[in-house]
Amino acid sequence: MNLNLIFFLILSVIAITTAIGMLLSRNAIYSALFLVLNFVTVAVFYLLLGAPFIAMAQITVYAGAIMVLFLFVIMLLGAESISAELKRRDLILPGILALLLAGEATFILLSRAGLTGEVAAPSAAANEPAALVELGKVLFRDYLLPFEVTSILLLVAMVGAIVLTRREKRVHG
Amino acid sequence: MVPINYYIVLSAILFTIGALGVLIRRNALIIFMSVELMLNAANLAMVAFSSVIKSFSGQIFVFFVIAVAAAEVAVGLALIVEIFKSKRSIDVDQISSLKG
Repeated sequence: MNLNLIFFLILSVIAITTAIGMLLSRNAIYSALFLVLNFVTVAVFYLLLGAPFIAMAQITVYAGAIMVLFLFVIMLLGAESISAELKRRDLILPGILALLLAGEATFILLSRAGLTGEVAAPSAAANEPAALVELGKVLFRDYLLPFEVTSILLLVAMVGAIVLTRREKRVHG
Repeated sequence: MVPINYYIVLSAILFTIGALGVLIRRNALIIFMSVELMLNAANLAMVAFSSVIKSFSGQIFVFFVIAVAAAEVAVGLALIVEIFKSKRSIDVDQISSLKG
């Protein structure tokens, strides 16, 4: 049992527990906070996998920007007080379907993908600036067009969000 | 050394919890959060693959997924705010105006 595996197992328990907590919380605020914890855990997984840039992007964009937006909307709508009752009867059929989905996904991924590799311990080289330089080269040379298209997409989303939440009065005025 | 299979199983479990959230919750905001959880599970699998084959492509894809998720959340939350303004509810069972 090496150190990496111990880290992985502890983090897995945290990730699955926070995901289930998000699913079952009655208060939407608690759900959002559980999800923040889940995102941070996934960011630590990225560090374990030797992807520090993605880990930091995950924390800034997901745990930072996206979840703050969620919390802001929950508080704006007062949605935390909206009762979302979970009837036990409603859990049975989705539960069975979800178990089937998990089983099948795991089986197909494990049996068909021919995965025999192992994730090495994150080397010090992955955290060197040189690794980030390589990532930047791939991003801005091989994937330059998707990168630019993403910027257009973000612009469209921003305009869309502003148009959608604009007051009705200004449409006529 | 952690076998890649462990990451795949974890990713499948997280994805399933997200799918279950979409199925059993009535609150539109929580359904939305479950979708984010599913995106995250897929991202985790992609970074794990990219780490095994020692290529940056998987990480670049995850970067794009994060950017698209940010755009999706901005528009989606704006829609939810608008629905709440007109219906005074974000219970997805109540949003049935298009039902024939």
